[in-house]
Amino acid sequence: MKSLKIAVLAKQVPDTRNVGKDAMNEDGTINRAALPAIFNPEDMNALEQALRLKDMCPGSTVTVFTMGPERAKEIVLEGMFRGADTGYLLTDRLFAGADTLATSYALSSALRKAGSFDIIVGGRQAIDGDTAQVGPQVAQKLGLPQVTYVEEILALEEGKITLRRAITGGVETVEAPLPVLLTVNGTAAACRPRNAKLVMARKKAEVTAWSVADVDADPAQCGLSGSPTKVKKVDSISFQAKESKRCTSSDEDIRSLVEELITNHTIG
Amino acid sequence: MNWYKDTPEIKLRLENPLMKHIVELKEHGFADALKYDYAPVDVEDALDNYDRVLEIVGDISENVIAPNSEGVDRTGPSCSGGRAHYAPGTAENLEICRQAGLTAIEMPRRYGGLNMPSTIFCAASELISRADAGFQNLLGLQSCACTLYEFGTDDQRDRFITRVCNGETMSMDLTEPDAGSDLQSVALKATFDEAANCWRLNGVKRFITNGDSDIHLVLARSEEGTTDGRGLSMFIYDKREGGVTVRRIEDKMGIHGSPTCELVYNNAKAELCGDRRLGLIKYVMSLMNAARLGIAAQSVGISSAALQEALSYAADRKQFGKTIDNFPAVYEMIAMIKAKLEASRSLLYETANFVDIYKSLEDIARERTLTPEERQECKRYSRLADALTPLAKGMSSEFANQNAYDCIQIHGGSGFMRDYLCERLYRDARITSIYEGTTQLQVVAAIRYVTNETYASMVEEMLSEALPAEFASRQERLREMLAKFRAATEAVTAVKDQDWLDFQARRLVEMAAHCVMGALLLRDAAKAPELLLKSADVYLAYAAAQVEGHSSFIKSSDPAMLSNYQA
Ligand SMILES: Cc1cc2nc3c(=O)[nH]c(=O)nc-3n(C[C@H](O)[C@H](O)[C@@H](O)COP(=O)(O)OP(=O)(O)OC[C@H]3O[C@@H](n4cnc5c(N)ncnc54)[C@H](O)[C@@H]3O)c2cc1C
Ligand SMILES: Cc1cc2nc3c(=O)[nH]c(=O)nc-3n(C[C@H](O)[C@H](O)[C@H](O)COP(=O)(O)OP(=O)(O)OC[C@H]3O[C@@H](n4cnc5c(N)ncnc54)[C@H](O)[C@@H]3O)c2cc1C
Repeated sequence: MKSLKIAVLAKQVPDTRNVGKDAMNEDGTINRAALPAIFNPEDMNALEQALRLKDMCPGSTVTVFTMGPERAKEIVLEGMFRGADTGYLLTDRLFAGADTLATSYALSSALRKAGSFDIIVGGRQAIDGDTAQVGPQVAQKLGLPQVTYVEEILALEEGKITLRRAITGGVETVEAPLPVLLTVNGTAAACRPRNAKLVMARKKAEVTAWSVADVDADPAQCGLSGSPTKVKKVDSISFQAKESKRCTSSDEDIRSLVEELITNHTIG
Repeated sequence: MNWYKDTPEIKLRLENPLMKHIVELKEHGFADALKYDYAPVDVEDALDNYDRVLEIVGDISENVIAPNSEGVDRTGPSCSGGRAHYAPGTAENLEICRQAGLTAIEMPRRYGGLNMPSTIFCAASELISRADAGFQNLLGLQSCACTLYEFGTDDQRDRFITRVCNGETMSMDLTEPDAGSDLQSVALKATFDEAANCWRLNGVKRFITNGDSDIHLVLARSEEGTTDGRGLSMFIYDKREGGVTVRRIEDKMGIHGSPTCELVYNNAKAELCGDRRLGLIKYVMSLMNAARLGIAAQSVGISSAALQEALSYAADRKQFGKTIDNFPAVYEMIAMIKAKLEASRSLLYETANFVDIYKSLEDIARERTLTPEERQECKRYSRLADALTPLAKGMSSEFANQNAYDCIQIHGGSGFMRDYLCERLYRDARITSIYEGTTQLQVVAAIRYVTNETYASMVEEMLSEALPAEFASRQERLREMLAKFRAATEAVTAVKDQDWLDFQARRLVEMAAHCVMGALLLRDAAKAPELLLKSADVYLAYAAAQVEGHSSFIKSSDPAMLSNYQA
């Protein structure tokens, strides 16, 4: 089979799973210093699928794309420590403040610039923005078919890929033509570890940084100016006691709770 | 979040002046940098590489091996169709370590290895063992490749070491039903098959860790009519050739991550490694020394796990209105676990450093003749390493057992339940003082360095090193311990009775060990008082009392009382 050009979309995110006491500043903004920046977890799953494609089809290359501030180059290096061949960091003040529309515009511009990819793999969702829209939007902009919620690659043939994807209450097997964009679920295989030799060989690697101009993008469609989304206000909502219901461990309480849950179709 | 990064006590041991020297010896002028993209260009680069590789190990240990360890302990390996099968968690651990490229940490780059020193391998072993001591055995057996490298031919190195670098596993097949501590009685028969122009092995091996490995080093009797160690040779058995089956695997108390196999050799094709007759007296001795260092590292890993479990439980459990770590009886146990752990660590890494120096010099000697100074350095460190290895193995393993015991005690009744990790630590720790030579056999190996003053002069030398003023009284305390050790040695040897010396040997070796470990820990504590000074003081107080106890026992005993001990 002819070798493939594979792209991985990966985002650096604050580690929202380890939110400590000092995660928020007094003024309600995020205290970045208290939240370590990590590789978006589902993008790790995506990277693993990309590396498996490379294993299945020797000679293929895996390229990581990330958009973020200067330090997001760690994402590209992390990918390369685990087996990706190279990567690009999209960084430019003009990219800043992007919503999903501007993010997918920037990413698709870069993907176009870097050449035609056979398979683009992203995570399902980022743990900070949490929209799960960027992958599908990139596919739309590049005019590619997309398969979301991918859990496993079942087969790779010339010009065709067979996948298992998660759906509510089960799984589905789908076939897609190449080129294609996949978004990978957290239930897919965990990413392989860093490889000792790759870490040593690439620890000082230069990561190519691309600006808006480098990817031939229209500045008006990037960053804040390209984002119709305007965040007006962020509220911290805490649940009130009246929204919860107290129930003791007595047989009677449990029976009435179960009945209630069955009646309102929460269970059963 | 990463066991390596979160344990500055390990990194501290790697930041000593000897390490730079070791890098220079291992890298012979950094010539590999021209050929391999992952080879370092200078000392700093190499040290940074070590750090980064240990970070990978820290991550895998914490996030893969530790989470798998309970399942591995419950499921264990199995045996069917003459083959051993790992528990699923063990198989996953191994696969991840292969992907991370950790299966030949010490091997030269030309075979695909990382060319890292034993010291780094020990740190990796410690981290892995903290997660699962049984699994550490499997990965630790890569040190068999060092023996193959030292004594095999170029062709054997090319064929076998490359495979280990690619992730194949090894085993060392020494023990037999009638040859345990006494390996001179090994009986597995090696005969030369003229027709096929190869050796054939026939017989049984017992208690072989990872006995269904890809490449075995086998001790066998090649010289018909002999009965002692000089009739034994070392062979390489390649599983691809066939001829060895796993008859059963042992149902063990602990280390369920590693299958312990009984092997039947049925006309198995094998090749000689090195010269005939040198199997036990030279090659296996070298093999065992590396393996003993591995068990010392394994023991340190178990102690480190015991410390973490003890700390977190004691900080959580409340009795009489406060957490139990407020009770002197409990915090003393925790402090003792840490002190014994840190003393073991100091000794482990010192020993590993010495091993690295002489092994690297020996390796350089394969390419060019050493200068007279180098030759002397090689000899000196080889002797020191040989002296420290049995101490490290013996003491660290006994301490790991004591620490696991205390860890359960701190957990009270919960510690007796299988719900808590400390129960497994206790079972896993138990083997460390048995395999690779029991503690008693470590004493047998160490006693000559007691009587020839090796340990005493080492300690003396360390005490002559200048430490900050506030360490003077601590050094004085060590001097008193050393004096008691010397007096006790003299008293025992003056009797000139072998049984008497054998009887007192363990006490003498422990006295030596307390002096050596105390001095080493004090030296390390001077470098990082905030990390180690408390532990050093706790250890010194304990060690001084132990030395005093042994000293008083020896003073008040005489050979006539030996009969009291005999049935
Ligand atoms: C309070 C708040 C509210 C917001 N509301 C909206 C809103 O309503 N509409 C809107 O469009 N935006 C909104 N945003 C912005 C948006 O969340 C992100 O900033 C946007 O950049 C990416 O969306 P995501 O993080 O949800 O990514 P997702 O769509 O969840 O990410 C899916 C995948 O796309 C890829 N990907 C995403 N970002 C990158 C990147 N930077 N580099 C490389 N790969 C990447 C990864 O593979 C990732 O797994 C909001 C932001 C804030 C702070
Ligand atoms: C889980 C496990 C894994 C093992 N893995 C391997 C392996 O991979 N490869 C391998 O070759 N072997 C392996 N062994 C074997 C192990 O090395 C031996 O069990 C060990 O060396 C002790 O030998 P033995 O069991 O025959 O005990 P014995 O030699 O019978 O010893 C019994 C007791 O007598 C004492 N004793 C014996 N001789 C003396 C003496 N001269 N002075 C004082 N005391 C003495 C011992 O200290 C011990 O207390 C393994 C064993 C176990 C249990």
